[in-house]
Amino acid sequence: MIAEFGHLALILAFMLSLFQMTVPMVGAAKGWHGWMDSARPAALAQLMLMLISFGALTMAFVTSDFSVRLVHANSHTSKPLIYKISGVWGNHEGSMLLWVLILALFGAAAALFGNNLPPTLRARVLAVQASVTAAFYAFIIFTSNPFWRMGNPPFDGRDLNPLLQDPGLAFHPPFLYLGYVGLSMAFSFAVAALIEGRVDAAWARWVRPWTLAAWVFLTIGIALGSWWAYYELGWGGFWFWDPVENASFMPWLLAAALLHSAIVVEKREALKSWTILLAIMAFGFSLIGTFIVRSGLITSVHSFANDPERGIVILAILVFFVGGALTLYAIRAPGMTAKGVFAPISREGALVLNNVLLSVSAFVVFVGTMWPLIAEMLWGRILSVGPPFFNQAFTPFMVVLALVLPIGSIMPWKRGNLGRSLRPLRGALVLTAAVMALVFAVSTGRSALAVIGAGLGAWLVFGAIAELVHRTGSSGLSRLRRLPRADWGKAVSHAGLGVTFIAIALITAWQVEDIRVAQIDEPYPLGPYEIVLRSVDRVDGPNYISAMGRLEVTRDGRPVAMLNPEKRVYTVQNMPTTEASIHYGFFRDIYLVLGDQQPDGGWAVRGYIRPFASWIWAGSMLMALGGLISLTDRRHRVAAGAARDARPRGAVPAE
Amino acid sequence: MRRAVLHTLALALALALAPAAPVMAVQPDEVLEDADLESRARALSQKLRCPVCAGETIDESNAPISRDLRLYVRERLVAGDNDAEVLDNVADRFGEYVLFEPRAEGINWLLWLSAPLMGMIAIIVAWRFLASRAQARPEEPARLSEAERRRLDEIMRGN
Repeated sequence: MIAEFGHLALILAFMLSLFQMTVPMVGAAKGWHGWMDSARPAALAQLMLMLISFGALTMAFVTSDFSVRLVHANSHTSKPLIYKISGVWGNHEGSMLLWVLILALFGAAAALFGNNLPPTLRARVLAVQASVTAAFYAFIIFTSNPFWRMGNPPFDGRDLNPLLQDPGLAFHPPFLYLGYVGLSMAFSFAVAALIEGRVDAAWARWVRPWTLAAWVFLTIGIALGSWWAYYELGWGGFWFWDPVENASFMPWLLAAALLHSAIVVEKREALKSWTILLAIMAFGFSLIGTFIVRSGLITSVHSFANDPERGIVILAILVFFVGGALTLYAIRAPGMTAKGVFAPISREGALVLNNVLLSVSAFVVFVGTMWPLIAEMLWGRILSVGPPFFNQAFTPFMVVLALVLPIGSIMPWKRGNLGRSLRPLRGALVLTAAVMALVFAVSTGRSALAVIGAGLGAWLVFGAIAELVHRTGSSGLSRLRRLPRADWGKAVSHAGLGVTFIAIALITAWQVEDIRVAQIDEPYPLGPYEIVLRSVDRVDGPNYISAMGRLEVTRDGRPVAMLNPEKRVYTVQNMPTTEASIHYGFFRDIYLVLGDQQPDGGWAVRGYIRPFASWIWAGSMLMALGGLISLTDRRHRVAAGAARDARPRGAVPAE
Repeated sequence: MRRAVLHTLALALALALAPAAPVMAVQPDEVLEDADLESRARALSQKLRCPVCAGETIDESNAPISRDLRLYVRERLVAGDNDAEVLDNVADRFGEYVLFEPRAEGINWLLWLSAPLMGMIAIIVAWRFLASRAQARPEEPARLSEAERRRLDEIMRGN
């Protein structure tokens, strides 16, 4: 009964979206206010219906209603409650339901916070958003119905893939989807502006917070996914250049480019048509990502739901929306003229360079990801493109980006001077040189990667600090508190990128690895530490059996940690997994993995020291935090605040 | 033809196993005594793709065939092959599908050159845009429409 209720709510939401994509659009064209305003209640009602629908599916999972086919295929009574809930989106159908829930959420948010938009633009944005949502409603209802019932309900379920039974599943996909789908707002704004035929500074100011929010979510989602892979996959890698990872990375790069180009539109009314194109492409790449993940056309470790037929439907949605938007773009873009005048050496010029680097690097990732497919289709060559290619082709762009970023971000608008912009950065240059010297002294002399990578990262961090100091001018540090939040957000994000750079360079250059057979109570060295395997015990979990090692880590005789790596067998699917045990530290992680028992009674143990591992995610979180700080900037609130103030004044007569 | 069959088989297996449980990759008994040879072997096995897994290198993979390949790589290194010869040897048996670093030959040049080419094109386009902006004449700012003027008044009063 509850499942049918959810199904019904989904169908009603679909019908509402059909209403919302047409009536307000016609209203905007004809200037009929009633028709235009109908978009807002429709968007809010869609969100309510989707909450009911998603709630119904969650209920089916929580109560283990195995008459619902999806629950049977992905759940089990003995599974802990948190994984029953996160299991809702640990499969194709449920994750698509989450996807449309978030689409509806963004539509409703635009309806709620869109007070300061001109009525026609608001109606068109909501109509475009509804059309995207409608396509995905139809996709779910006709190809991936999560509420499908079975005639003879089985006694128990087939359980969720054990690798997905992890807190990572609870957080990683929702954030990632908030990011992917958040870019649909940028898309809707772009298409609405193309229909409207008007792109100006105000448009950029409206679209920017949505892009920023999507980028923040995408940053958090990718970082969580990378951390999840780090501790779950059992050897401590954090980025694999796998097609599915690339699928999330391309929209992230393009969203970052879009954020920066929208600044130029907002401040200087230039780069308008490029910004519109980026907004279309950023969401287009979200859809390409969905296509890659769902179609199984490109082999990936992460693909959990492969179905070429569904892939074709997603491809059709992709072609329709991106193709349609690009056609519209081709018609309208020539009418968009730039206004601002500026020299090549200027903040505008630096932001153009930022866009060149970010979008070309996204293109490189795209070509590398699609190349196996292209080569097979056109030349019949079955080949692979993996990390060695991406590391060589992608990294140079990031090196240049890091080199010019601090200079570009301090450069004045309209006309700058390289020498004058470098002056406030002299301190940062000295400190960067000091960091490079330190890294060179500490490393054993073989790694240029550590010195250069850490130097670039330090340059970004110190450059961001130097810029903040520079902005306070002669009035001293007391002005620091009164700087606009946008300045703070920018500095924090750029410094976060630097921290991530440092971490990636040092973890790659300095990691220590050890593979051996450990005998019980026989100590062995791992870097500066000493490891002893004390015992391996059998432990029974709720839905698995585990062999749990007890390993003592000491340094110079002092205890550091007791680590418990496990080898688990999940009984329902009879699938073995490893659970690495990690001692997280500020400068290094100690990472231990338990292997098989050897004939001589010892156990295979893999040990790693991963220097600066936590800095990767700390840096990513700083980037996201910077975005959040920037979102709270006064200029995003001022108009909304004015609208709020205006109402009571109109209602209460002046005395 | 054989490659295509192998590929289909690999895909089918990959789908059946995906995501493969990464229990243990390199085993202690595989490790070579000679530290230099071992580190070369590790570097090579990070460039080779497990033929039956989804997207893992033979270094990470737990599949039996990956173990065989890791042992084979070490065998060849001990026999005195250089890195390129080892990669060629493996690729001859399993097809270039196993090479995570695509060979820079034939049509793959397009892949390898795509980054610098695209970078140069983008720089040229950007430069022409910047040059045109530098020479453009500033435009008269457009006048506010009646609705915009009312909205501006509203905002100014609000603060």
